[in-house]
Amino acid sequence: MSYVFDIKRYAINDGPGIRITIFLKGCPLRCVWCHNPEGLKPTQDKLYTKRKCIGCQFCVQACPQGALKLTAEEGIVTDYSKCIMCGKCADACPSTAMEMAGKNYTVDYLMNEIEKEATTIATSGGGVTVCGGEPLMHADFLLEILKRCKDEGIHRCVDTTLFAAEDTVKRVAEYTSLFLVDLKHMDSDIHKFYTGVPNEKILSNIRMISELGADFWIRIPLIVGVNADIENLERSAEFLASLPKQPQIVNLLVYHDIGKGKHDRLGTSYNPEKYSFEAPSEELQQQAMEIFKARGLKVKIGG
Amino acid sequence: MAELQAQRAPFSCSNFGEINTDNAFGMNDRIKRLRKESFEAIPTLSIERALIETEFYKKNEGKYPVPIMRALNFLEICKKKTIYIGKDELIVGERGPKPKAVPTFPELTCHSVEDLHVLNTRELQPYKISDEDIATYEREVIPYWEGRTVRERIFNHVPDTWKKPYLAGVFTEFMEQRAPGHTTLDKKVYQYGLLDLKAQIEEEIKNLDFLNDPEATDKQDELMAMSISCDAGIVFAERHAELAEKMAAEETDEQRKAELLKIAEVCRWVPAHAPRNFWEAVQIYWFTHLGTITEMNGWDAMNPGHFDQHLRPFYEKGIADGTLTREQAKELLSCIWIKVNNHTAPPKVGITAKESGTYNDFTNINIGGVDRDGRDAVNEVSYIMLEVADELHLLQPQCSLHISAVTPDKFLKAGCKVIRKGYGYPSVFNPDTYIQELVRQGKELHDAREGGCSGCIEVGAFGKEAYVLTGYLNTAKLLELTLHNGIDPLTGERVSIETGDARQFKSYEELYEAFLKQVNYIVDQKQRVSNYIDRQFAKYAPATFLSLYIDDCIKKGKDYYNCGPRYNTTYIQCTGLGTVTDSLSVIKKHVFEDGRFTMDQIIDACDKNFEGMEPMRQFILNKTPFFGNDDDYADNIAIQVYNDLLKAIEGKPNIKGEVYRLNMLSTTCHVYFGKVLGATPNGRLAHKAASDGTSPSHGADTHGPTAVIKSLGKLDQTMSGGTLLNQRFMPSLLKNEEDVIKLASLIRSYFAMGGHHIQFNIVDTATLKAAQKTPDDYKDLLVRVAGYSDYFNDMNDDLQSDVIERTEQEGF
Repeated sequence: MSYVFDIKRYAINDGPGIRITIFLKGCPLRCVWCHNPEGLKPTQDKLYTKRKCIGCQFCVQACPQGALKLTAEEGIVTDYSKCIMCGKCADACPSTAMEMAGKNYTVDYLMNEIEKEATTIATSGGGVTVCGGEPLMHADFLLEILKRCKDEGIHRCVDTTLFAAEDTVKRVAEYTSLFLVDLKHMDSDIHKFYTGVPNEKILSNIRMISELGADFWIRIPLIVGVNADIENLERSAEFLASLPKQPQIVNLLVYHDIGKGKHDRLGTSYNPEKYSFEAPSEELQQQAMEIFKARGLKVKIGG
Repeated sequence: MAELQAQRAPFSCSNFGEINTDNAFGMNDRIKRLRKESFEAIPTLSIERALIETEFYKKNEGKYPVPIMRALNFLEICKKKTIYIGKDELIVGERGPKPKAVPTFPELTCHSVEDLHVLNTRELQPYKISDEDIATYEREVIPYWEGRTVRERIFNHVPDTWKKPYLAGVFTEFMEQRAPGHTTLDKKVYQYGLLDLKAQIEEEIKNLDFLNDPEATDKQDELMAMSISCDAGIVFAERHAELAEKMAAEETDEQRKAELLKIAEVCRWVPAHAPRNFWEAVQIYWFTHLGTITEMNGWDAMNPGHFDQHLRPFYEKGIADGTLTREQAKELLSCIWIKVNNHTAPPKVGITAKESGTYNDFTNINIGGVDRDGRDAVNEVSYIMLEVADELHLLQPQCSLHISAVTPDKFLKAGCKVIRKGYGYPSVFNPDTYIQELVRQGKELHDAREGGCSGCIEVGAFGKEAYVLTGYLNTAKLLELTLHNGIDPLTGERVSIETGDARQFKSYEELYEAFLKQVNYIVDQKQRVSNYIDRQFAKYAPATFLSLYIDDCIKKGKDYYNCGPRYNTTYIQCTGLGTVTDSLSVIKKHVFEDGRFTMDQIIDACDKNFEGMEPMRQFILNKTPFFGNDDDYADNIAIQVYNDLLKAIEGKPNIKGEVYRLNMLSTTCHVYFGKVLGATPNGRLAHKAASDGTSPSHGADTHGPTAVIKSLGKLDQTMSGGTLLNQRFMPSLLKNEEDVIKLASLIRSYFAMGGHHIQFNIVDTATLKAAQKTPDDYKDLLVRVAGYSDYFNDMNDDLQSDVIERTEQEGF
């Protein structure tokens, strides 16, 4: 069993073809721009969407801890010191303003969900993508999904930071058709500053899967103020070009701040505001493309 | 798509500026001018046809057998009507005296003076008509037809048991306004000239057995009438030739003079003879099309069918012998595209100022698909047609992609690129499913393969079948009647039978059984009157010109409306599958399984339009298994309802030796049906649109398009004559090449599951809302409605809101 915070069908940006993407909960990184903050904790989270709230207070009545109250300003407010994440508020909420992020699923359940997409996967040359959070945090669970899919001939992507033990990555690589690997910054100190972890392990794991001959895509979020400077882009490109087997493609993902809404719903604060991150200009995007192209790498905006 | 929308903003430049840079050639100057003229032409009502016809009838009433009277009337119109040849035109012929001038058909339904005033002044889809013409109409036309129209015959006949549910909006009746239609032609048009058909008719008359065949006299009348209709078609073309010659004599521009002489040459040859080249082939189709919509106003959708397949031999021959270039072929096709756009649908009678319809007369050109031997039929003409549809993006004609398993990906991809543009067409059809549908109905396999779709989503054996749509059935209203024991809660009036007090029902099965009783009773009422109407047309309004082109009318000596066609199918179209399924799911789960609500609470909530019951409504909306999410709980209910509708309709005799069949199309009727419907148990508020076709209820599908197609794929679609799936896509889902390929895969997947049809609206809510606010800036915004596309501005508020509310399939 593992906590899954979303299962997305008709996923068209998570690898080749039409895919079903499974989001495993929990991540060792704390990227300040994180778009899926509900995937950070390996346990359940509660999401509240004020726009959907009709003010019926069914949740307030249902809460055994007395942790909820209705306010004029912010709608329902949770006292997290009392909340035990029992989910009764979400059950009682008629409008799904209150929702739990994270359901404990078995591999059997997930395989059944994947099976539902069999025709679309086969027709489109698609498959399954497991992402997170960080799927490698749940290596055994992940491996079981990958093995079962491999047995059924289903293409398997793992969308990962590769921040994991070398041995774990190796085991997973054996059953993975394609890695989608995030590369955030080449400077370890800066990496640590923005993500909470240094990058040595990540870079060495990228080199390792390359040496193993695995297929992989590299995905770089382009964030002005963090990593979209020429120096870092050139270092990234040099690193990738130096690998024994190069990535099939480098996807440059333009920063956007849809993460904000989710932080509001989670009741957590959204840090990028204090860093004033920006999306790269068209010009900078083109410049970035050229840097990768110049080193013989296949590169694309978006992915 | 973001760029496309940015371009789209000001109407003045987006329509007529540099529209398309994707294709190698683009529109030439002639086509740009013709397109602009057609686009800007204001629909008007022409009383010319009515005047010619009324005079003819006054003089000749009672002198001839009905079919001959009809044919002579048609001949008279062809002899006398104004002939129009526009500057720049290559393909010629208009039903009215000029583009978008729509005639009336008083013999079927006669507009009142008030109707004409409303049409002239209403805000949406007006048809301009001068006071002088209205006065003439009042003096010359209306008095004669009073008491003589087919519509009056029908309304004098119908019993109360029909009238009451009809007025309550439980069903509609197509044929009270227009003749039975939805006809599509096949390759015969290009194989025989009218002189050849005349010879065939002579032969059949010679072979009549007056000694033994009791119908021989009637057959002779019909065949003679068909022969007269051939003359009418030839006269009509000859008059174009004469005018072209006259214009040529006066023309000073040498190039135009040569074109006019060429037009004259073409019109002297076709439709009297079979076409010899591409130009003549396009022109003969156009004359045939015009003939059918001039003799009668058949319920929309006169179609050329597999136009790319029919034109292919002419194209290939022309290219091979050097008499035709690709650009010339494209120009001629663009010309006929514009011709179709010039032909606005005839307006209804008895309308109110607010009521609107559409200018669209539903011509749908089938592109791709398979040939009679089941092989891939895509050819160069198919690609040219896609280019034309893309560059011109007019309201009419609409086109459809026919994607069989044998269709190459290259063609599907080319089609998806046009879909991405967001015109609302092409829609996409699956020949592998609809051929099965047709064969199951008893059609010969080759006839089935030569079939396809017409109008919206209904399929037929082209050139060999009368497939008459009789009207829509409001299945959601039937559930409402079930919950109210046959009484319409909106009026308090009894409109149907008693099937028990739903508040006392003890099980889901009891409720469902009562629902089926309502369905069966109402279907019977509808059928009885449809049969009557059908005979009225057979007896009083034969279509002797159309009959020339539908096998086996000549051979049988029988009219299109009178069992002449090889196949004669009658459809009832059921609307609201999603609304009914979701409502039943609510009752089944929350009342009879979980006991959360009582029947009283559900019925009270509907009666009070959920006022003061928002938590209950939200609970229903968010915590019920709904159709369209690949959830067996709801999908199994949908399957059961679909199968039972099939049982209720299929197999009942249509008095033409064949049977009624089920169709699942809705066009825009789900909006009207919603208007006459109170709140429904699925949380849908009163008067909001019901679900369309076989699409999920608006907002009910929350698991993405693959879940939707899975749900739809569970219905045995081969059992109906067409299902309809509307999917709205945000432009963001179709940003790049790969997204287009994924859309193509989605279509292939649905068709692998047995899907019949799927169509896409590529727009975003912001664009639509902006279009509501500043309509003038979005005049060319085409939106797929439900089986066809329309200009967003031409829709009424309800329809606009309906489009906006449809689930957006957002990518991130």
